[in-house]
Amino acid sequence: MKRQDDFAERRKDIMGLTDDELYKRFWDLTEKVVEPLLELGKKNTSPSIERSVLLRMGIPSTDTKPIVEGCIDRGLLGKGAGHVVYKLAKSKDISMKEAGELLANGSCWDEAAGLFDSNAASKGGDDNG
Amino acid sequence: MDEKKLKPNEKIDIESILKDLDKYRPKRRGWTWRTPAPGLKMGPFEYRDATLPTENGVPLPSAKYFGGIDPQPEPIITTEIASGRFEDDIRRMRMAAWHGADHLMVIRTAGQSHMDGLLEGTPQGVGGVPITRKQVRAQRKALDLIEEEVGRPINYHSYVSGVAGPEVAVMFAEEGVNGAHQDPQYNVLYRNINMIRSFVDACESKEIMAWADIAQIDGAHNANATAREAWKVTPELIVQHAINSLFSTKAGIKKSNICLSTVPPTAPPAPCVFIDLPYAVALREFLKDYRMRAQMNTKYMEASSRENTVTHVLNMLISKLTSADIQSTITPDEGRNVPWHIYNIEACDTAKQTLIGLDGLMDMVQLKDDGPLREKSREIRERACLFMEEILETGGYFKAVEEGFFVDSGYYPERNGDGIVRKADGGVAAGMVFERDEDYFAPVTAHYGFNNVAQYDPSAIDNPAKLIDGCTFERPEKIVYIDELDQEDNVNVRLEETADYRKSNLLKPEMEWAADGTVMVTLFLPAEKRAAEAAALELAAKMNLQDAVVINLETLQEAEGVRIELKGRLPFDVNIDELEIPPEPELLSDEEIREDIEDHPMKIVCATVGEDEHSVGLREIIDIKHGGIERFGIEVHYLGTSVPVEKLVDAAIEMNAEAILASTIISHDDIHYKNMKRIHELAVEKGVRDDLMIVAGGTQVIPQLAVEQGIDAGFGRGSHGIDVATFLVKRRKEKRAAK
Repeated sequence: MKRQDDFAERRKDIMGLTDDELYKRFWDLTEKVVEPLLELGKKNTSPSIERSVLLRMGIPSTDTKPIVEGCIDRGLLGKGAGHVVYKLAKSKDISMKEAGELLANGSCWDEAAGLFDSNAASKGGDDNG
Repeated sequence: MDEKKLKPNEKIDIESILKDLDKYRPKRRGWTWRTPAPGLKMGPFEYRDATLPTENGVPLPSAKYFGGIDPQPEPIITTEIASGRFEDDIRRMRMAAWHGADHLMVIRTAGQSHMDGLLEGTPQGVGGVPITRKQVRAQRKALDLIEEEVGRPINYHSYVSGVAGPEVAVMFAEEGVNGAHQDPQYNVLYRNINMIRSFVDACESKEIMAWADIAQIDGAHNANATAREAWKVTPELIVQHAINSLFSTKAGIKKSNICLSTVPPTAPPAPCVFIDLPYAVALREFLKDYRMRAQMNTKYMEASSRENTVTHVLNMLISKLTSADIQSTITPDEGRNVPWHIYNIEACDTAKQTLIGLDGLMDMVQLKDDGPLREKSREIRERACLFMEEILETGGYFKAVEEGFFVDSGYYPERNGDGIVRKADGGVAAGMVFERDEDYFAPVTAHYGFNNVAQYDPSAIDNPAKLIDGCTFERPEKIVYIDELDQEDNVNVRLEETADYRKSNLLKPEMEWAADGTVMVTLFLPAEKRAAEAAALELAAKMNLQDAVVINLETLQEAEGVRIELKGRLPFDVNIDELEIPPEPELLSDEEIREDIEDHPMKIVCATVGEDEHSVGLREIIDIKHGGIERFGIEVHYLGTSVPVEKLVDAAIEMNAEAILASTIISHDDIHYKNMKRIHELAVEKGVRDDLMIVAGGTQVIPQLAVEQGIDAGFGRGSHGIDVATFLVKRRKEKRAAK
C-alpha cells in the first residue's frame, strides 16, 4: 500500500489527549492486539512445544523428533506427545525414558494409540510393537 | 571445585573445561544486574552512577595516572562473541570479562533458526556457533570460573527463536543460561517462519524463560537495520516493542526481565542526536515499565573502525541522557569481518570509558520540557498510537502483517509500499500447529496453556510434573546429555589440530581462532586508490602474507594518497624458548633507595631538551606528588622545557650534579637519539663524562637504542620514578665499587 503522510488528518482524535491519556489509549489498543495471540497459544500446540515437553520428561533430544513425528502420523499430537509417552509408561510399568525409547524406535505405537479413546485413529501400518 | 580456580597468570585450560562435562551443573540460574554503589570513592574521585567494582580486571590505559582505578559504570555491558568455534570464544570471553563485560552473548550459526529440533555436539559454525547443550554447558562452566576470577556475576546469553524455540528454551533453562532473545515478530518478519506457529511457540518459550528467570531481549532493532531510512520506522519500533512486551508479560515474564532492544536509528553525518533523542525519550515514556537494552547503530556502518567508534560513543550519549539498563557494544570491525578478539575488547573499553566519563552528567544537565524534544517525542508517540489503532482496524496482527504494515520505509502513517509481506498460511513450518484435544496433557513444569492434569490427579493442577516424580526442572539428574554425534566435525578434532600451539611454546598471531596466523597491516600509500589497492596487495605478498585482502580504504586526498588496512595470514611461527627475552629489571625497594641517598646525597639536573615543551612525563618521574624520585630525597634541579643540551651539561658541571635526566618526547627525524648522543659527546669534550650519569626518557625511547647513543640508560613508555631511582642508585654503587 502507498499512502501520503496524512498524520495531520489522522491525529485529530488524539491530539487533544494528555500524555497520560495517550499512554492509556496506546496500551488499551496493544492489549487488544495481543489477546488473540495469547489465546491461540492456549488452545494449540506444535511439534517444537511437544518436543520441549518430552525433553523435560527426561527424553533425549534424538528421541523427541521420531516420537513427535509418530504422534503426527497417527493423529495423536492433540493429546500431547508427553501424554502418549506417559500413558504407555504407566500401562507397561516402565520409566518415561524407556517408553520414549520404544516409541522412538517405532515400537508399541498401536498399543499407545489404543490407550486413548476411539477418536485417535491409528495409522501405524509398519508398527513393530 | 577450589583446586580448579583460574589463576590470572595462567591460560584457561579448554581440555579441563570439557572434562566431565556430562556431570556438570551450572552454579545458578537467572539474570543478575550490577549492584549500584552511589558515592563510590576510587582513587582521587567520587562517582555518582558507578557500580560495585570487580576484583580483577584490566583498567583503561589512562588509569595509570589515577592509581590504576577501574570504576565500573551503571549498565550491564554486553559483548557479542561467536567466531564459529566456541572453544576459542571461551578465551575471548575471559578477556572481555577482564575488560568489564558481564553479558556475553553468543550468536548462532547461520541457518540455525530453520533447523527443526535441537542440535547436539560441537560442530563448527559460520558467522556464529551451532548452539548445542554441550557447547552451552562448556561455556557456562567456563563462565562460572571466570566470574569467580573477576568477582562479578556474568550473564550468558543466546537466542530462543526459530522453529525450535521451546526446545531451546528448555535446554537454556536446564543449563543456566541467563538471557535470551525471544520475539516471535523476528521469526515472522526476518526468518519467514509461519506467523501462527511463531506466536504459539513463543507462548511456551516465554513461560519457560519466566520459570528460569531468563532476561528477555526483543528483536525490534532489526527494523532499523532493514528499513531503507531507519529513522522513519520509529513509530513502528514502538509498536513492535509494545506487542512483544505485553505479550511476554501476559505469558508470565516479569517486567524487570523484559528488555527492549533499542537502537538510535541514525548516524553522522546525519544530525543524529537531534533525531535519535526524541525517539529515545518517546520510547522510554511509552514503555517505562520495561528495561532498556541500548544497542549500537549498525545500519550505517562502514569499514572504518574509527568512524564506528565515534557513532557508538554518540549512541551512548543517548543512553546517558535517557536510560540504559544494558549497554550493548558492537565491535568496530563488524563492517569488514567477523569480529576479532581485539575489537570485542576495544568495544568493551569504549563503553566503559564513555559511560564512566559521563558519570554524574544527569545531576548537572536536564532534558528540556518544551521545544523540539517534547514536540517530536509527542509526535512519534501519536504516530505509534495510530499505527496500533490501524492494526486493529485491519483485523489484528496477522492481517496487518499480510498487508505489509511492517518495515515499510514510510514515516507512519505515510506508506511507501515496500514493507515485508508474510501470509498467515505461508512460511517455514506453515500448518504445523495442532489444536489441543480435551484430554490434552503434558506432565511438566512451565507449560503454557490448556493442560488437562485433572483427568489424572486434580491435586496436581499446579504441579503437573508431580505425576512423573518431577521433570528435569525439579530433577536435573533426568537431563540427558549427548556428547558428539559427528565424529569428524567436533571440538576434539579441532583441538587436536591446534595442540602444537596450545601446548608448546610455539607462537603465532591470532585474531579469531587459535593459531589462525591472521595479522592486520596499516599503510599509507601516496597513490590514487585503485593503484594503491593493487600495490598494497603486492606489498603484502612480499611480506609473505597469505590470502591478503584489503579490509579498509580511506582517501586522504584523491591524488596524494590513501590509508589502507589489509589482513593476511602469516605462514610461520616463533618459538618462545628460542627467544632472547631481557630479564625484568629488578627494582630496589623504597627503603633501600632512601637509605643509599641518605648515606650519599645525590644531586641531579633535568630538563626537556631541544625544542620540546612536553614536560608532563618528566614531572611524573621527578615530582614528589606523582611519586617521583624526589620522594627518595634526591635533590632535583629542574631547568625547564626546551633547554639546549649545552646548557644542560654546563648546569650539571656548575652544580656538581651526579646525573643528568633529559626528557625527549619529540622523535621526529630521530631528534631524540641525536640529542642523547650530543649530551654524551659534550660531557666527553668537557671532561666530565666519567663523573656524570646520563639518563634520557620519553614515550618513543627504546632503552637499547638510547644506550647505543653513548648514554647510561634510556627509559621508554610506562617508566616510573622508581625505575630511574633504582638505576641511579645501582649505577652509582657500581662506580663506587670500581673506585
